[in-house]
Amino acid sequence: MSLLEVNDLRIRYGDNAVVDAVSFEVNRGESVGLVGESGSGKSQTAMALLGLLPRSARRTGGIRFDGTEIIANDERALDRIRGRRIGMVFQDPMQALNPYLRIGKQLREILLQHRIADGAAADAQVVAMLGRVGLPDPERQFDVFPHQLSGGMRQRVMIAAALIAEPDLLIADEPTTALDVTVQAQILDLLEELRDDTALLLITHDLGIVAGRCERLLVFEKGKIVESGATASLFTAPRNEHTKRLLADAPRIDRGDIPPAGCGKTVLGIESASVSYSDNGGDELQAVRDVSLSLREAETLAIVGESGSGKSSLVRSILGLIPMRSGRVVYAGAPLEGPVQKRAAAQRRDLQLVFQDPASALNPQMRIEDVVGEPLSVHAPGSSSDSRRQAVLAILEKVGLNKDYLRRYPHQLSGGQAQRVAIARALILEPKILICDEAVAALDGAARRKILELLKAVQDESGLSIIFISHDLSVVRSSCHRVAVMYLGLLIEVANTEALFSAPRHPYSRALIDASPIPDPLAARATAPLKGEVPSLRSPPSGCVFHPRCAFAEEQCRETRPQLRNLEGARVACHRAEGIDLGLCY
Amino acid sequence: MLRYALLRLLGAIPTLLLVIILAFLMVHAAPGGPFDDERALPAGVAANIEAVYHLDEPLPQQFLRYFSGLLQGDFGPSYRYRDYTVSELIAVGLPVSLQLGALAMLLALIVGVSSGTLAALRQDSMLDRVVMSFAMTGISIPVFVIAPVLILLLAVKLHWLPAGWSGAAGAAKYVLPVITLALPQIAYIARLTRASMIDILGRDFIRTARAQGLGTKAIIRVHALKPAMLPVLSYMGPAIAAILTGSVVVEQVFGIPGLGAAFVRGALNRDYTLVLGIVILYAALIILLNLIVDILYGVIDPRVRQR
Repeated sequence: MSLLEVNDLRIRYGDNAVVDAVSFEVNRGESVGLVGESGSGKSQTAMALLGLLPRSARRTGGIRFDGTEIIANDERALDRIRGRRIGMVFQDPMQALNPYLRIGKQLREILLQHRIADGAAADAQVVAMLGRVGLPDPERQFDVFPHQLSGGMRQRVMIAAALIAEPDLLIADEPTTALDVTVQAQILDLLEELRDDTALLLITHDLGIVAGRCERLLVFEKGKIVESGATASLFTAPRNEHTKRLLADAPRIDRGDIPPAGCGKTVLGIESASVSYSDNGGDELQAVRDVSLSLREAETLAIVGESGSGKSSLVRSILGLIPMRSGRVVYAGAPLEGPVQKRAAAQRRDLQLVFQDPASALNPQMRIEDVVGEPLSVHAPGSSSDSRRQAVLAILEKVGLNKDYLRRYPHQLSGGQAQRVAIARALILEPKILICDEAVAALDGAARRKILELLKAVQDESGLSIIFISHDLSVVRSSCHRVAVMYLGLLIEVANTEALFSAPRHPYSRALIDASPIPDPLAARATAPLKGEVPSLRSPPSGCVFHPRCAFAEEQCRETRPQLRNLEGARVACHRAEGIDLGLCY
Repeated sequence: MLRYALLRLLGAIPTLLLVIILAFLMVHAAPGGPFDDERALPAGVAANIEAVYHLDEPLPQQFLRYFSGLLQGDFGPSYRYRDYTVSELIAVGLPVSLQLGALAMLLALIVGVSSGTLAALRQDSMLDRVVMSFAMTGISIPVFVIAPVLILLLAVKLHWLPAGWSGAAGAAKYVLPVITLALPQIAYIARLTRASMIDILGRDFIRTARAQGLGTKAIIRVHALKPAMLPVLSYMGPAIAAILTGSVVVEQVFGIPGLGAAFVRGALNRDYTLVLGIVILYAALIILLNLIVDILYGVIDPRVRQR
């Protein structure tokens, strides 16, 4: 008998069927991946397993767990299963943990609820569990609030909560989507290590995550399972068209074309830029330190690094959204100075920005026509409404939207369409430089691919230069000419994309590449994920800021900070760049 | 935290000063004086009395005299109750009013929070609608209407409770005044609790708690109650002010010898010092309680605490 049997599960909201005739089984100890794009019904299926669907949902069909039927509204019976027999890890641990409660208390409540332990025994069990998930100094972490932990540590707490009652089934819904790649690798390894004979249901949009980790896959499309089977055969010989498309749209860090670096003239020069914030205690936090970088004409320059690396602070200071503490930026022979509202109109027009989340970057009360046309009313105030409409139509067409979209509101668009609108708004002034801050991070495979193609087409046509901030190295590899790697506010390597991905010079660059998941079960990972987390800006390490996490660190690395220096066409800040063999990547 | 509390206390001084000046000016701007009567006093006597109480001095000088007394904790003599100082009158009335106000606040919190929580848990049910209609009614009807209606119904018609204060024995005399004072606050707190509880119950961390098998009771007790109380807590400041002003009416209606009743008499008699004393005392009380509310906010929300 299977641990979990789902039979003809259907979920509908009014007339809208989100899950349609879904049937599958999970055996004891097995790991199964539920993959599909957002809105394909995979999360709804998981919620139904736990009886967590909202009241407006109608579900039919059978769910049997360990031989017992799970009835949708029998809360008492559900409460005996939830948390005790089935553990759940949610996507965003900042939202999913109670911010008002110490983490030890949140975990202890599970033990009390299921009468597993109480009093001092419960506390001891919580501390032991926090230790098992890798929280340093678990006795002290017991009394910590979630906001005092890093994202990775919070997700470890989430996993501790899901596993503390030793459930038979663990459901993880996009458990690493909110995390950096190096932390993602750690969390996935931790899940695998701790779950023992607990069955795992891993829900994700990222085929790279399930490739090496799940025995079996279920592919969702529009509420249906369109294909299922052993992971290896599904990747090597997909039968369903949708599966094939998903695989084709998944960017790969280990193969595919790399855009060759050109040698155009410099359009934007960043010279020794530093940005600092003062925290409320009055300490100065250096978010960006002494970064020099140039952007060439018709080039896409990637800036990569984990959260806290300073990549967003750097571009915001270039745009004049936050002050640059020292250093300068030169554009078209003149310095870009002061806050954005004090800059010359031409300078403002030539640098445009696209944000990560189009849903919150577009004013929900404005129609698309007004959203896209607004920059014109600032930069060309005299133009007639008719000529403005023509300009909006032309730019919408360029980003692949027709005139039907003019009268719509942002909430009526899909994520990909909304991001096209945001790009259209940035491009309508015909800027010379476009800064994309994680502009495709929130999009699914196909939508992401189309946005990247769109940017490339615009670049080919108009010679646009792009600064592309991303945490996703496989996307960077296929779409950027050069890459700048940042760590804790410092530039640690700048190289042509091809050189960086085939033979990185800095151990951190190598670690980032290694941490990127590959959607191919055969592309086995040889290296262990990077240990530890990004240190706090409050107390940056001495010498090379990367040395506490570096496998090659020596005495010298702990004492003196390496300067960025030229090395075979690349620039790298590592004392040992010549002495160590990082091997070849892809 | 201590530093923060001290800073806030210091910051309250200008506010209090402003209240004192404004109250002083307004009391003196009102037509008539403390010694005016149906029959005018002989000019010599009036001048004498005014000289004794320094009412013949220019206003700024009177203010300085009054203010320097305040700094020494002296609210001055009552102009109407010749043998008493204002401090003595306050000492008589304040305990009664405080008891009444505290009981009303307690009742409002207990009934308001629990009915609001129930309404939130059974959103859009019959219970929810009943609670919310009661709340709406409670907010709409002013205290000076509720009080006589309650007296008429429960005291005069049904004889369940005493209508007034004097002569009634024990706890029974508290029931009607406390209910009258608490009713609008119950209504407001119930609505606030319902809205904020619905918000909190929709958060991701409540879904997590449900996924952990915590039943509704445990979820409310452990996870939801504390954060849901934040809006109620910020309403405590205005609520305290409302109860204090409400007590002026309620004490009058029920004949309770509290500060509110003293205030009304003081105002009618132009008893400058008595009115001023009570206004200043209430202002200080409201400022202090608001400070306590702000500190409690930090206790509930750890993200506020870590400034």
